Amino acid sequence: MRIAYYPGCSLKALAANFDRSARAAMGALGVELVELERWNCCGTVSSLTTDDLMRQLAPVRNLIRAQEAGERRLVTACAMCYNTLKRAALRVEAHPEELAKINAFLDEEPDYRGGVRVLHLLELLRDEVGFEAVAKRVVRPLEGLRVAPYYGCLLLRPRGVGLDDPENPSILEELVRALGAEPVDSPLKGQCCGSYHTVAHKEVVARRAHKILSEAASRGAEALISSCPLCSFNLDNRQRLIRELDGSFAPLPVLYFTELMALAFGLEEALSPEGHYVDPRPFLEERQLLRR
Amino acid sequence: MADREAVEQEERTSLAEELGVRIYIMGKEYRVPAGLTIMKAMEYAGYKFIRGAGCRAGFCGACGTVYRKEGEYKLRFAVACQKLVEDGMFLVQLPFAPAPRVSYDLEKLRPTENVLLKLYPELARCVACNTCTKACPQEIPVMDYIQAALRGDIKRVAELSFDCIQCGLCSMRCPADIKHYHVAQLARRLYGRYLAPKAEHLAQRVAEIEAGRFDEELDRLTRMGKEELSKLYEARQIEEGVGV
Repeated sequence: MRIAYYPGCSLKALAANFDRSARAAMGALGVELVELERWNCCGTVSSLTTDDLMRQLAPVRNLIRAQEAGERRLVTACAMCYNTLKRAALRVEAHPEELAKINAFLDEEPDYRGGVRVLHLLELLRDEVGFEAVAKRVVRPLEGLRVAPYYGCLLLRPRGVGLDDPENPSILEELVRALGAEPVDSPLKGQCCGSYHTVAHKEVVARRAHKILSEAASRGAEALISSCPLCSFNLDNRQRLIRELDGSFAPLPVLYFTELMALAFGLEEALSPEGHYVDPRPFLEERQLLRR
Repeated sequence: MADREAVEQEERTSLAEELGVRIYIMGKEYRVPAGLTIMKAMEYAGYKFIRGAGCRAGFCGACGTVYRKEGEYKLRFAVACQKLVEDGMFLVQLPFAPAPRVSYDLEKLRPTENVLLKLYPELARCVACNTCTKACPQEIPVMDYIQAALRGDIKRVAELSFDCIQCGLCSMRCPADIKHYHVAQLARRLYGRYLAPKAEHLAQRVAEIEAGRFDEELDRLTRMGKEELSKLYEARQIEEGVGV
Protein backbone atom coordinates (compact mmCIF):
# COMPACT_ATOMS: atom_id res chain seq x y z
CA MET A 1 0.00 0.00 0.00
CA ARG A 2 1.20 3.51 -0.88
CA ILE A 3 -0.24 6.44 0.98
CA ALA A 4 0.40 10.18 0.88
CA TYR A 5 2.41 11.20 3.92
CA TYR A 6 2.68 14.56 5.64
CA PRO A 7 5.75 14.46 7.94
CA GLY A 8 5.54 17.96 9.45
CA CYS A 9 8.39 20.21 10.55
CA SER A 10 9.27 18.50 13.83
CA LEU A 11 9.76 15.15 12.14
CA LYS A 12 12.22 16.81 9.77
CA ALA A 13 14.23 18.38 12.59
CA LEU A 14 14.27 17.51 16.28
CA ALA A 15 12.05 14.42 15.95
CA ALA A 16 13.79 12.92 12.92
CA ASN A 17 13.84 9.62 14.85
CA PHE A 18 10.02 9.61 14.72
CA ASP A 19 10.06 10.02 10.92
CA ARG A 20 12.79 7.42 10.45
CA SER A 21 11.13 4.79 12.64
CA ALA A 22 7.68 5.50 11.13
CA ARG A 23 8.92 4.92 7.59
CA ALA A 24 10.88 1.81 8.61
CA ALA A 25 8.09 0.23 10.67
CA MET A 26 5.35 0.97 8.14
CA GLY A 27 7.63 -0.21 5.33
CA ALA A 28 8.01 -3.53 7.14
CA LEU A 29 4.21 -3.83 7.08
CA GLY A 30 4.09 -3.16 3.34
CA VAL A 31 2.93 0.45 3.70
CA GLU A 32 5.01 2.98 1.80
CA LEU A 33 4.71 6.50 3.18
CA VAL A 34 5.01 8.78 0.15
CA GLU A 35 5.98 12.25 1.32
CA LEU A 36 4.13 15.10 -0.39
CA GLU A 37 6.48 16.77 -2.85
CA ARG A 38 5.73 20.20 -1.47
CA TRP A 39 4.23 21.08 1.90
CA ASN A 40 4.28 23.76 4.57
CA CYS A 41 3.92 23.86 8.35
CA CYS A 42 0.53 22.42 9.33
CA GLY A 43 -0.29 25.75 10.96
CA THR A 44 -0.13 24.58 14.53
CA VAL A 45 -0.40 26.76 17.62
CA SER A 46 -3.94 27.44 16.55
CA SER A 47 -5.38 30.73 17.55
CA LEU A 48 -8.03 30.79 20.24
CA THR A 49 -9.83 33.73 18.68
CA THR A 50 -13.00 32.99 16.73
CA ASP A 51 -11.89 35.11 13.79
CA ASP A 52 -8.93 32.94 12.90
CA LEU A 53 -9.41 32.18 9.21
CA MET A 54 -5.88 33.42 8.48
CA ARG A 55 -4.70 30.52 10.66
CA GLN A 56 -6.49 28.04 8.41
CA LEU A 57 -4.48 29.01 5.33
CA ALA A 58 -1.57 26.75 6.21
CA PRO A 59 -3.55 23.54 6.82
CA VAL A 60 -5.87 24.13 3.84
CA ARG A 61 -2.85 24.76 1.61
CA ASN A 62 -1.53 21.33 2.61
CA LEU A 63 -4.88 19.77 1.78
CA ILE A 64 -4.63 21.43 -1.64
CA ARG A 65 -1.19 19.84 -2.06
CA ALA A 66 -2.74 16.41 -1.41
CA GLN A 67 -5.60 17.21 -3.82
CA GLU A 68 -3.06 18.29 -6.45
CA ALA A 69 -1.26 14.98 -6.09
CA GLY A 70 -4.58 13.21 -6.71
CA GLU A 71 -4.73 11.88 -3.15
CA ARG A 72 -7.93 11.41 -1.20
CA ARG A 73 -6.13 10.58 2.04
CA LEU A 74 -3.24 12.12 3.88
CA VAL A 75 -1.54 10.35 6.77
CA THR A 76 0.53 11.93 9.53
CA ALA A 77 2.49 10.49 12.42
CA CYS A 78 2.68 13.67 14.48
CA ALA A 79 -0.36 14.06 16.72
CA MET A 80 -0.14 17.86 16.49
CA CYS A 81 -0.13 17.93 12.68
CA TYR A 82 -2.90 15.33 12.65
CA ASN A 83 -5.05 17.43 14.95
CA THR A 84 -4.44 20.69 13.09
CA LEU A 85 -4.94 19.29 9.59
CA LYS A 86 -7.99 17.24 10.50
CA ARG A 87 -9.65 20.11 12.33
CA ALA A 88 -9.18 22.36 9.33
CA ALA A 89 -10.41 19.66 6.92
CA LEU A 90 -13.58 19.08 8.93
CA ARG A 91 -14.13 22.77 9.54
CA VAL A 92 -14.07 23.87 5.92
CA GLU A 93 -16.36 21.03 4.97
CA ALA A 94 -18.85 22.06 7.63
CA HIS A 95 -18.58 25.74 6.74
CA PRO A 96 -18.56 26.24 2.97
CA GLU A 97 -18.70 30.01 3.41
CA GLU A 98 -15.37 29.90 5.24
CA LEU A 99 -13.89 27.70 2.55
CA ALA A 100 -15.10 30.13 -0.12
CA LYS A 101 -13.33 32.95 1.69
CA ILE A 102 -10.13 30.93 2.07
CA ASN A 103 -10.20 29.89 -1.59
CA ALA A 104 -10.72 33.50 -2.65
CA PHE A 105 -7.70 34.52 -0.63
CA LEU A 106 -5.56 31.65 -1.94
CA ASP A 107 -6.14 32.89 -5.48
CA GLU A 108 -2.82 31.57 -6.76
CA GLU A 109 -3.85 28.01 -5.85
CA PRO A 110 -6.52 25.79 -7.31
CA ASP A 111 -9.62 25.87 -5.08
CA TYR A 112 -9.73 23.32 -2.32
CA ARG A 113 -12.76 21.21 -3.16
CA GLY A 114 -12.89 19.28 0.12
CA GLY A 115 -12.82 15.54 0.51
CA VAL A 116 -9.22 14.91 1.59
CA ARG A 117 -9.34 12.63 4.61
CA VAL A 118 -6.70 13.22 7.26
CA LEU A 119 -5.54 10.06 8.99
CA HIS A 120 -3.18 9.28 11.83
CA LEU A 121 -0.79 6.35 11.45
CA LEU A 122 -2.47 4.66 14.40
CA GLU A 123 -5.82 4.71 12.58
CA LEU A 124 -4.17 3.22 9.53
CA LEU A 125 -2.71 0.46 11.70
CA ARG A 126 -6.00 -0.27 13.46
CA ASP A 127 -8.41 0.06 10.55
CA GLU A 128 -6.48 -1.10 7.52
CA VAL A 129 -3.28 -2.92 8.37
CA GLY A 130 -4.86 -4.52 11.45
CA PHE A 131 -3.14 -5.28 14.73
CA GLU A 132 -3.14 -8.99 13.81
CA ALA A 133 -0.93 -8.24 10.84
CA VAL A 134 1.26 -6.12 13.13
CA ALA A 135 1.59 -9.06 15.53
CA LYS A 136 2.51 -11.36 12.65
CA ARG A 137 5.35 -9.10 11.60
CA VAL A 138 6.96 -9.17 15.06
CA VAL A 139 10.31 -10.95 15.04
CA ARG A 140 11.38 -10.00 18.53
CA PRO A 141 8.35 -10.05 20.83
CA LEU A 142 8.78 -7.47 23.58
CA GLU A 143 7.85 -10.06 26.18
CA GLY A 144 7.57 -8.77 29.70
CA LEU A 145 8.23 -5.17 28.71
CA ARG A 146 5.85 -2.91 30.60
CA VAL A 147 4.96 0.11 28.48
CA ALA A 148 2.70 3.01 29.45
CA PRO A 149 0.80 4.49 26.47
CA TYR A 150 0.50 8.26 26.65
CA TYR A 151 -2.13 9.94 24.46
CA GLY A 152 -2.07 13.54 25.60
CA CYS A 153 -4.76 15.81 24.15
CA LEU A 154 -4.25 15.78 20.45
CA LEU A 155 -5.14 12.19 19.59
CA LEU A 156 -8.32 12.37 21.65
CA ARG A 157 -9.80 15.82 21.50
CA PRO A 158 -11.94 17.54 20.33
CA ARG A 159 -14.80 15.15 19.61
CA GLY A 160 -14.92 14.26 15.94
CA VAL A 161 -11.19 14.77 15.58
CA GLY A 162 -10.06 12.34 18.27
CA LEU A 163 -9.34 8.87 16.96
CA ASP A 164 -10.50 6.94 20.02
CA ASP A 165 -12.70 7.15 23.09
CA PRO A 166 -11.50 10.36 24.78
CA GLU A 167 -12.19 9.01 28.28
CA ASN A 168 -10.93 5.48 27.83
CA PRO A 169 -8.76 5.12 24.74
CA SER A 170 -7.26 1.74 23.90
CA ILE A 171 -5.62 2.01 20.48
CA LEU A 172 -2.06 2.33 21.84
CA GLU A 173 -2.72 -0.50 24.32
CA GLU A 174 -3.76 -2.73 21.42
CA LEU A 175 -0.59 -1.85 19.57
CA VAL A 176 1.56 -2.54 22.63
CA ARG A 177 -0.09 -5.95 23.01
CA ALA A 178 0.38 -6.73 19.32
CA LEU A 179 4.10 -6.11 19.79
CA GLY A 180 4.22 -8.63 22.62
CA ALA A 181 4.65 -6.07 25.41
CA GLU A 182 2.38 -5.38 28.34
CA PRO A 183 0.43 -2.10 28.43
CA VAL A 184 0.43 -0.22 31.74
CA ASP A 185 -2.69 1.84 32.29
CA SER A 186 -2.56 5.25 33.93
CA PRO A 187 -5.33 7.72 34.76
CA LEU A 188 -3.11 10.52 33.44
CA LYS A 189 -2.61 9.05 29.97
CA GLY A 190 -5.01 11.50 28.36
CA GLN A 191 -3.99 14.58 30.31
CA CYS A 192 -2.16 17.50 28.76
CA CYS A 193 1.65 17.47 28.95
CA GLY A 194 1.79 21.25 29.42
CA SER A 195 2.31 21.89 25.73
CA TYR A 196 3.89 25.22 24.79
CA HIS A 197 4.12 26.40 28.36
CA THR A 198 7.42 24.55 28.16
CA VAL A 199 8.88 27.71 26.57
CA ALA A 200 7.91 30.31 29.15
CA HIS A 201 7.05 28.19 32.19
CA LYS A 202 9.49 25.29 32.24
CA GLU A 203 8.86 24.43 35.87
CA VAL A 204 5.09 24.22 35.44
CA VAL A 205 5.62 21.73 32.65
CA ALA A 206 8.32 19.84 34.55
CA ARG A 207 5.97 19.39 37.51
CA ARG A 208 3.22 18.19 35.23
CA ALA A 209 5.55 15.78 33.42
CA HIS A 210 6.78 14.59 36.82
CA LYS A 211 3.22 13.63 37.77
CA ILE A 212 2.50 11.86 34.48
CA LEU A 213 5.79 9.93 34.52
CA SER A 214 5.66 9.05 38.24
CA GLU A 215 2.09 7.80 37.97
CA ALA A 216 3.08 5.50 35.10
CA ALA A 217 6.24 4.34 36.91
CA SER A 218 4.32 3.65 40.13
CA ARG A 219 2.14 1.29 38.12
CA GLY A 220 5.18 -0.58 36.92
CA ALA A 221 5.91 1.11 33.60
CA GLU A 222 9.48 0.78 32.34
CA ALA A 223 8.96 3.06 29.36
CA LEU A 224 6.37 5.41 27.98
CA ILE A 225 5.24 5.81 24.36
CA SER A 226 3.85 8.87 22.67
CA SER A 227 2.85 10.07 19.21
CA CYS A 228 3.71 13.75 19.60
CA PRO A 229 7.10 15.47 19.39
CA LEU A 230 6.03 18.17 21.83
CA CYS A 231 4.64 15.71 24.41
CA SER A 232 7.81 13.69 24.01
CA PHE A 233 9.96 16.77 24.54
CA ASN A 234 8.07 17.69 27.69
CA LEU A 235 8.06 14.16 29.08
CA ASP A 236 11.61 13.29 28.07
CA ASN A 237 13.81 16.41 27.92
CA ARG A 238 12.15 18.02 30.93
CA GLN A 239 13.40 15.06 33.04
CA ARG A 240 16.59 17.05 33.51
CA LEU A 241 14.61 19.73 35.35
CA ILE A 242 12.51 17.11 37.15
CA ARG A 243 15.73 15.65 38.57
CA GLU A 244 16.68 19.10 39.82
CA LEU A 245 13.31 19.45 41.51
CA ASP A 246 13.23 15.88 42.85
CA GLY A 247 16.56 14.13 43.33
CA SER A 248 14.85 10.78 43.92
CA PHE A 249 13.21 10.74 40.48
CA ALA A 250 14.35 7.78 38.38
CA PRO A 251 14.67 8.43 34.63
CA LEU A 252 12.02 6.83 32.45
CA PRO A 253 12.69 6.35 28.72
CA VAL A 254 10.13 7.94 26.37
CA LEU A 255 9.77 6.44 22.91
CA TYR A 256 7.65 7.12 19.87
CA PHE A 257 5.24 4.26 19.26
CA THR A 258 6.93 3.74 15.90
CA GLU A 259 10.27 3.17 17.64
CA LEU A 260 8.68 0.43 19.71
CA MET A 261 7.34 -1.11 16.50
CA ALA A 262 10.74 -0.90 14.82
CA LEU A 263 12.29 -2.62 17.84
CA ALA A 264 9.80 -5.51 17.74
CA PHE A 265 10.21 -5.78 13.95
CA GLY A 266 13.98 -6.18 14.39
CA LEU A 267 14.75 -2.82 12.72
CA GLU A 268 17.26 -1.75 15.32
CA GLU A 269 18.88 0.80 13.06
CA ALA A 270 15.66 2.82 13.32
CA LEU A 271 16.22 3.23 17.06
CA SER A 272 18.93 5.81 17.61
CA PRO A 273 19.99 7.79 20.67
CA GLU A 274 19.31 11.04 18.79
CA GLY A 275 16.02 12.59 19.64
CA HIS A 276 16.11 11.21 23.17
CA TYR A 277 17.18 12.87 26.38
CA VAL A 278 16.94 9.61 28.32
CA ASP A 279 18.73 7.18 26.00
CA PRO A 280 16.47 4.13 25.85
CA ARG A 281 19.15 1.79 24.55
CA PRO A 282 21.00 0.80 27.74
CA PHE A 283 17.71 -0.20 29.33
CA LEU A 284 16.60 -2.15 26.26
CA GLU A 285 19.99 -3.86 26.08
CA GLU A 286 19.66 -4.83 29.70
CA ARG A 287 16.29 -6.36 28.95
CA GLN A 288 17.95 -8.15 26.01
CA LEU A 289 15.57 -6.47 23.57
CA LEU A 290 18.40 -4.73 21.80
CA ARG A 291 21.77 -6.17 20.85
CA ARG A 292 24.72 -4.47 22.48
CA MET B 1 -8.08 80.93 -36.64
CA ALA B 2 -9.78 77.63 -37.30
CA ASP B 3 -6.69 76.48 -39.19
CA ARG B 4 -4.44 77.31 -36.28
CA GLU B 5 -6.64 75.35 -33.91
CA ALA B 6 -6.57 72.39 -36.25
CA VAL B 7 -2.77 72.53 -36.40
CA GLU B 8 -2.49 72.74 -32.66
CA GLN B 9 -4.89 69.86 -32.27
CA GLU B 10 -2.84 67.83 -34.71
CA GLU B 11 0.36 68.66 -32.85
CA ARG B 12 -1.22 67.59 -29.60
CA THR B 13 -2.42 64.34 -31.14
CA SER B 14 0.97 63.54 -32.60
CA LEU B 15 2.67 64.35 -29.32
CA ALA B 16 0.23 62.12 -27.50
CA GLU B 17 0.98 59.36 -29.96
CA GLU B 18 4.67 59.89 -29.54
CA LEU B 19 4.35 60.11 -25.79
CA GLY B 20 1.99 57.20 -25.93
CA VAL B 21 2.08 56.02 -22.35
CA ARG B 22 0.00 57.61 -19.65
CA ILE B 23 1.34 56.99 -16.15
CA TYR B 24 0.65 58.39 -12.70
CA ILE B 25 3.57 59.18 -10.43
CA MET B 26 2.43 59.62 -6.86
CA GLY B 27 -1.00 60.45 -8.19
CA LYS B 28 0.01 62.98 -10.84
CA GLU B 29 -0.51 62.18 -14.51
CA TYR B 30 2.39 62.21 -16.97
CA ARG B 31 2.81 61.13 -20.54
CA VAL B 32 6.01 59.38 -21.45
CA PRO B 33 7.35 57.60 -24.54
CA ALA B 34 6.74 53.88 -24.83
CA GLY B 35 9.67 51.56 -24.22
CA LEU B 36 10.98 53.24 -21.08
CA THR B 37 11.51 51.37 -17.85
CA ILE B 38 9.70 52.60 -14.75
CA MET B 39 12.92 54.18 -13.57
CA LYS B 40 13.65 55.95 -16.85
CA ALA B 41 10.04 57.06 -17.17
CA MET B 42 10.23 58.71 -13.76
CA GLU B 43 13.48 60.38 -14.73
CA TYR B 44 11.87 61.49 -17.98
CA ALA B 45 9.13 63.08 -15.89
CA GLY B 46 11.77 65.02 -13.96
CA TYR B 47 12.48 62.89 -10.90
CA LYS B 48 16.07 62.32 -9.88
CA PHE B 49 17.10 59.21 -7.97
CA ILE B 50 19.73 59.59 -5.33
CA ARG B 51 18.56 56.47 -3.42
CA GLY B 52 16.54 53.45 -4.50
CA ALA B 53 18.59 53.06 -7.65
CA GLY B 54 21.71 51.01 -8.18
CA CYS B 55 23.10 48.85 -10.94
CA ARG B 56 20.25 49.58 -13.38
CA ALA B 57 20.73 46.09 -14.72
CA GLY B 58 18.32 44.06 -12.62
CA PHE B 59 20.91 42.57 -10.29
CA CYS B 60 21.38 44.75 -7.24
CA GLY B 61 17.82 44.88 -5.95
CA ALA B 62 18.00 48.55 -4.93
CA CYS B 63 14.99 49.63 -7.01
CA GLY B 64 12.30 47.20 -5.92
CA THR B 65 8.99 48.91 -6.46
CA VAL B 66 5.23 48.47 -6.38
CA TYR B 67 2.56 49.62 -8.79
CA ARG B 68 -1.06 49.18 -9.61
CA LYS B 69 -2.80 49.28 -12.95
CA GLU B 70 -6.10 50.92 -13.70
CA GLY B 71 -9.02 48.63 -13.09
CA GLU B 72 -6.98 46.11 -11.09
CA TYR B 73 -7.37 45.48 -7.38
CA LYS B 74 -3.99 43.82 -6.98
CA LEU B 75 -0.69 45.41 -6.19
CA ARG B 76 2.07 44.41 -8.57
CA PHE B 77 5.80 44.21 -7.98
CA ALA B 78 8.91 44.81 -10.06
CA VAL B 79 12.40 46.17 -10.11
CA ALA B 80 12.04 49.65 -11.57
CA CYS B 81 15.10 49.40 -13.80
CA GLN B 82 13.70 46.37 -15.63
CA LYS B 83 9.94 46.74 -15.90
CA LEU B 84 8.72 48.73 -18.91
CA VAL B 85 5.96 51.26 -18.32
CA GLU B 86 2.48 50.39 -19.46
CA ASP B 87 -0.51 52.60 -19.99
CA GLY B 88 -2.38 53.38 -16.80
CA MET B 89 0.33 52.46 -14.31
CA PHE B 90 0.24 54.02 -10.86
CA LEU B 91 3.85 54.41 -9.77
CA VAL B 92 5.90 55.31 -6.74
CA GLN B 93 9.50 54.58 -5.88
CA LEU B 94 10.58 52.94 -2.62
CA PRO B 95 13.91 54.27 -1.47
CA PHE B 96 14.64 51.49 1.02
CA ALA B 97 13.19 48.41 2.71
CA PRO B 98 13.75 48.79 6.45
CA ALA B 99 14.59 45.26 7.65
CA PRO B 100 17.56 45.14 9.98
CA ARG B 101 19.85 42.14 9.67
CA VAL B 102 20.72 40.25 12.83
CA SER B 103 24.42 40.41 13.65
CA TYR B 104 26.21 37.07 13.76
CA ASP B 105 29.63 35.51 13.37
CA LEU B 106 29.38 32.78 10.77
CA GLU B 107 32.38 31.00 12.24
CA LYS B 108 30.59 30.66 15.55
CA LEU B 109 27.35 29.37 14.04
CA ARG B 110 26.69 25.77 13.09
CA PRO B 111 24.18 24.53 10.50
CA THR B 112 21.82 23.04 13.09
CA GLU B 113 18.06 22.53 12.73
CA ASN B 114 17.16 25.61 14.73
CA VAL B 115 19.91 28.12 13.96
CA LEU B 116 17.70 30.11 11.57
CA LEU B 117 14.81 30.16 14.05
CA LYS B 118 17.11 31.20 16.83
CA LEU B 119 18.39 34.25 14.98
CA TYR B 120 15.09 35.07 13.28
CA PRO B 121 12.39 33.78 15.68
CA GLU B 122 9.63 35.65 13.83
CA LEU B 123 9.89 32.84 11.25
CA ALA B 124 7.51 30.90 13.47
CA ARG B 125 4.81 33.51 12.83
CA CYS B 126 4.41 32.37 9.21
CA VAL B 127 0.81 31.40 8.44
CA ALA B 128 1.61 30.32 4.88
CA CYS B 129 -0.36 33.17 3.30
CA ASN B 130 2.14 33.26 0.41
CA THR B 131 2.02 37.07 0.15
CA CYS B 132 5.84 37.07 0.04
CA THR B 133 5.90 34.83 -3.02
CA LYS B 134 3.43 37.10 -4.79
CA ALA B 135 5.66 40.10 -4.02
CA CYS B 136 8.84 38.61 -5.46
CA PRO B 137 9.96 40.20 -8.74
CA GLN B 138 12.36 37.27 -9.18
CA GLU B 139 9.54 34.71 -9.02
CA ILE B 140 11.17 32.88 -6.15
CA PRO B 141 8.88 30.58 -4.10
CA VAL B 142 9.61 32.69 -1.02
CA MET B 143 7.01 31.10 1.26
CA ASP B 144 8.35 27.66 0.42
CA TYR B 145 11.86 28.60 1.51
CA ILE B 146 10.53 30.17 4.69
CA GLN B 147 8.74 26.89 5.36
CA ALA B 148 11.97 25.01 4.68
CA ALA B 149 13.70 27.37 7.14
CA LEU B 150 11.08 26.52 9.76
CA ARG B 151 11.94 22.85 9.51
CA GLY B 152 15.68 23.55 9.51
CA ASP B 153 16.33 22.52 5.91
CA ILE B 154 19.19 24.96 5.22
CA LYS B 155 20.13 23.36 1.91
CA ARG B 156 16.62 23.79 0.52
CA VAL B 157 16.48 27.41 1.67
CA ALA B 158 19.79 28.07 -0.09
CA GLU B 159 18.67 26.39 -3.30
CA LEU B 160 15.20 27.95 -3.49
CA SER B 161 16.44 31.46 -2.63
CA PHE B 162 19.45 31.40 -4.93
CA ASP B 163 18.12 34.06 -7.33
CA CYS B 164 17.24 36.55 -4.55
CA ILE B 165 18.46 40.09 -5.25
CA GLN B 166 17.53 41.32 -1.75
CA CYS B 167 15.09 43.99 -2.89
CA GLY B 168 13.13 43.45 0.34
CA LEU B 169 9.63 43.55 -1.15
CA CYS B 170 8.79 40.21 0.54
CA SER B 171 9.59 41.66 3.96
CA MET B 172 7.63 44.83 3.26
CA ARG B 173 4.50 42.81 2.52
CA CYS B 174 4.73 40.07 5.16
CA PRO B 175 1.91 40.19 7.74
CA ALA B 176 4.16 38.24 10.12
CA ASP B 177 7.07 40.70 9.80
CA ILE B 178 9.53 38.05 8.70
CA LYS B 179 12.82 39.26 7.20
CA HIS B 180 12.83 36.67 4.47
CA TYR B 181 15.83 37.77 2.47
CA HIS B 182 18.08 38.01 5.51
CA VAL B 183 17.05 34.50 6.56
CA ALA B 184 17.81 33.29 3.05
CA GLN B 185 21.19 35.02 3.00
CA LEU B 186 22.12 33.41 6.32
CA ALA B 187 21.04 30.01 4.97
CA ARG B 188 23.17 30.44 1.85
CA ARG B 189 26.14 31.49 3.96
CA LEU B 190 25.71 28.47 6.25
CA TYR B 191 25.29 26.24 3.22
CA GLY B 192 28.43 27.58 1.55
CA ARG B 193 30.49 27.48 4.72
CA TYR B 194 29.41 24.12 6.16
CA LEU B 195 27.22 22.04 3.87
CA ALA B 196 28.13 22.48 0.20
CA PRO B 197 30.43 19.79 -1.13
CA LYS B 198 34.01 21.04 -1.22
CA ALA B 199 35.45 21.65 -4.70
CA GLU B 200 38.32 19.17 -4.50
CA HIS B 201 39.61 19.93 -7.98
CA LEU B 202 39.98 23.58 -6.97
CA ALA B 203 42.06 22.75 -3.89
CA GLN B 204 44.15 20.45 -6.04
CA ARG B 205 44.78 23.14 -8.63
CA VAL B 206 45.67 25.73 -5.98
CA ALA B 207 48.17 23.25 -4.53
CA GLU B 208 49.65 22.73 -8.00
CA ILE B 209 49.99 26.46 -8.52
CA GLU B 210 51.60 26.89 -5.11
CA ALA B 211 53.99 24.06 -5.87
CA GLY B 212 55.15 26.06 -8.91
CA ARG B 213 53.83 23.78 -11.60
CA PHE B 214 52.93 26.68 -13.90
CA ASP B 215 55.77 29.07 -13.03
CA GLU B 216 57.91 28.17 -15.99
CA GLU B 217 55.10 28.57 -18.49
CA LEU B 218 54.05 31.87 -16.96
CA ASP B 219 57.62 33.17 -17.13
CA ARG B 220 57.79 32.17 -20.78
CA LEU B 221 54.56 34.06 -21.53
CA THR B 222 55.59 37.22 -19.69
CA ARG B 223 58.87 37.31 -21.64
CA MET B 224 57.13 36.98 -25.05
CA GLY B 225 56.85 39.90 -27.43
CA LYS B 226 53.50 41.15 -28.73
CA GLU B 227 53.83 39.46 -32.12
CA GLU B 228 54.72 36.11 -30.68
CA LEU B 229 51.84 36.39 -28.19
CA SER B 230 49.36 37.23 -30.99
CA LYS B 231 50.51 34.25 -32.97
CA LEU B 232 50.07 32.01 -30.01
CA TYR B 233 46.65 33.50 -29.35
CA GLU B 234 45.50 32.95 -32.94
CA ALA B 235 46.61 29.35 -32.84
CA ARG B 236 44.98 28.60 -29.51
CA GLN B 237 42.92 25.48 -29.21
CA ILE B 238 39.45 26.37 -28.02
CA GLU B 239 37.50 23.19 -28.13
CA GLU B 240 37.60 20.06 -30.20
CA GLY B 241 35.56 20.53 -33.35
CA VAL B 242 35.02 24.27 -32.93
CA GLY B 243 36.53 26.45 -35.65
CA VAL B 244 38.30 29.68 -34.74
